[in-house]
Amino acid sequence: MSKKSYRQAIAEALTQEMRRDPRVVIMGEDIAGGLGAPGEDDAWGGPLGVTKGLMAEFGRERVLDTPISESAFVGAAAGAAATGLRPVAELMFVDFMGVCFDQIFNQAAKFRYMFGGKAVTPMVVRTMYGAGFRAASQHSQCLYPLFTHIPGLKVALPSNAYEAKGLLTQAIRDDDPVIFFEHKAMYDMEMEVPDEPYAIAFGEANVTREGDDVTIIAFGRMVNLANEAADNLAKNGVTCTVVDPRTTSPLDRETILETAEETGRVVVVDEAHPRCSMASDIAGLVAEEAFGALKAPIKLVTAPHAPVPFSPALEDIYIPSVAKIEAAVTEIVEYGEKAAAE
Amino acid sequence: MSSIKPITMPKWGLAMDEGMLARWAVEVGAEIAPGQEIMDIETTKIANVFESPVGGVLRKQVVSEGETVPVGALLGVVSEPDVPDGEVEAFVTEFLENFVPEETDDAGAPAPEVVETASGAIRRLKAGPDDGAPVILIHGFGADLNGWMFNQAELAAERQVHAIDLPGHGGSTKSVGDGAVATLATAVTAYMDAVEITSAHLVGHSLGGAVATSIAASSPERVSALTLIAPAGFGSDVSQDFIEGFIGQSRARKLRPIIEMLVADPSLVTADMVEEVLKFKRLDGVVAALRTIADANFDGGAQRVQIRDRLGDVSAPVQVIWGEDDRILAAGHADGLPDSVKVIRLAGAGHIPHMEKAAEVNAAISALG
Repeated sequence: MSKKSYRQAIAEALTQEMRRDPRVVIMGEDIAGGLGAPGEDDAWGGPLGVTKGLMAEFGRERVLDTPISESAFVGAAAGAAATGLRPVAELMFVDFMGVCFDQIFNQAAKFRYMFGGKAVTPMVVRTMYGAGFRAASQHSQCLYPLFTHIPGLKVALPSNAYEAKGLLTQAIRDDDPVIFFEHKAMYDMEMEVPDEPYAIAFGEANVTREGDDVTIIAFGRMVNLANEAADNLAKNGVTCTVVDPRTTSPLDRETILETAEETGRVVVVDEAHPRCSMASDIAGLVAEEAFGALKAPIKLVTAPHAPVPFSPALEDIYIPSVAKIEAAVTEIVEYGEKAAAE
Repeated sequence: MSSIKPITMPKWGLAMDEGMLARWAVEVGAEIAPGQEIMDIETTKIANVFESPVGGVLRKQVVSEGETVPVGALLGVVSEPDVPDGEVEAFVTEFLENFVPEETDDAGAPAPEVVETASGAIRRLKAGPDDGAPVILIHGFGADLNGWMFNQAELAAERQVHAIDLPGHGGSTKSVGDGAVATLATAVTAYMDAVEITSAHLVGHSLGGAVATSIAASSPERVSALTLIAPAGFGSDVSQDFIEGFIGQSRARKLRPIIEMLVADPSLVTADMVEEVLKFKRLDGVVAALRTIADANFDGGAQRVQIRDRLGDVSAPVQVIWGEDDRILAAGHADGLPDSVKVIRLAGAGHIPHMEKAAEVNAAISALG
């Protein structure tokens, strides 16, 4: 056990799975870097250096630099998965995923279903998401709700370095296509991560705080903000349960409903836009299945229904914050008191 | 001044650097005995009662309830009743002026290390001076060397104490062979060979108790004393709910009631304790290793391992310690043992009395030899 960053945890999962299983190959833009150019062969390791060093250990056969052609290499990954490899494709920004929707939505997601369960598609697409980097509206989106919508895909959103290693290991070992979301703002966050390989099961939520008053369900990086809000609120006597679903597909409905029923008050924190989002999905689930337990309206803390702004000042208030989460919690805790006073 | 004794924040396990004094159980002016429960302390890892290391009159509560302070910080002061208040105050002032919290990544603190043995890699934590008969602490099913956090430092004040991880557990090899007690015993003696311990006081808990008994019966020359804490293999039954729940439950909320079965007072179990177990079980090979060990030693609610009759082959002094509220292996398993075996039954303790009643267990271990 030692302290590792989110980036190191992801790199360790890739390295250990490539050692464990010769069928695991990785592909993407500049994941080795330097191919065909003078200078160092293992130059880049991807845009954020996550895959640096893998080419040196595993060679060009298993670390494949690709042209800037997302539709081609994601399609190649789907085909490779269907024919016996376990590819991990790195698609720099999830914002670029649009050019390969057919390969993902119509091909990879459908193979198992349309070939009568006889085909498996053990592919992973790793991709960066999230705002906060002054990268404007084409490099900052949180598009996991789109992929969650498609049956046949699995979607993982690791909220810290420990989660990242375990969930990526599971993603690589899984026989279905997995879209693996890495938040740009977390690559340097460190924590204790076991050196040995381990996998975290999909569809099993992590309850990171236990409280009596409000249940906060948060996704990806937002889990850390929710934990901070819960710790702040606890000092004022309001205790929150915080649920990190870990994967949006499959979704751990049982834990979400159980914890929602225990407190009777629900806040959903989602960095994506509010319409057709995880926030609206969870709110719908709780309203449909746990309505009788609710003591207050469900509150959503999300980005607005607007593109991510380039203006730093606007971007800062665009992203859900600890203060906004605390305000939402406080509002629904006081809801019953206000109603009683009127 | 010499009769003034400080009570300081204990260090429970390697990761602890601070603790919260949750409750004082004694008031200023009360006479307290060594081993008496004087406060509740909570860390992120564990909540537990703190038993006074010293006796005397509690003169001052330096830290109040709800405060979080570093390890080693002054919590209270105990003295003979005739020491004047002025001297107590002077002692407190001097302590506070000179107190420097231990660095969190203290390079001098013992850290676990992996030892290569004939039975594969064994992780151990070694502490204490290199004289007297060493103690080897052997944990039970599903646990690891961190389970001795309330015992090892205490025992290591006077002698060398080795806490080891059995195969399939903690940081040791996940290869467990047939998982039988004899196989695990071979791994422990392989460790003793690797670190050149000819003979030791073996302290075994639960399944580790059966392992220790097996070594003492097969190789009496390697065991100078034998302390068995709620040992497996002494009765017919075991809690199947615990064994199957421990292996099978992968969600914290489902695992927590299983872990709570270990203790008489469930409030001792913290969220972090449950999380540590989950993190351990996720490591490659662990669930398979636990399954193999469970199937080799237990059959549903029955114990396959039977080791009680082998006590006749043990030449070393033997004591058995059992919590009266043990829900995993019933305390009745200690009934009818030979007169040569000292039996200590602890009220208010469950299956892990070395954590629940650490002072009593530590005293018993030191007293046996």
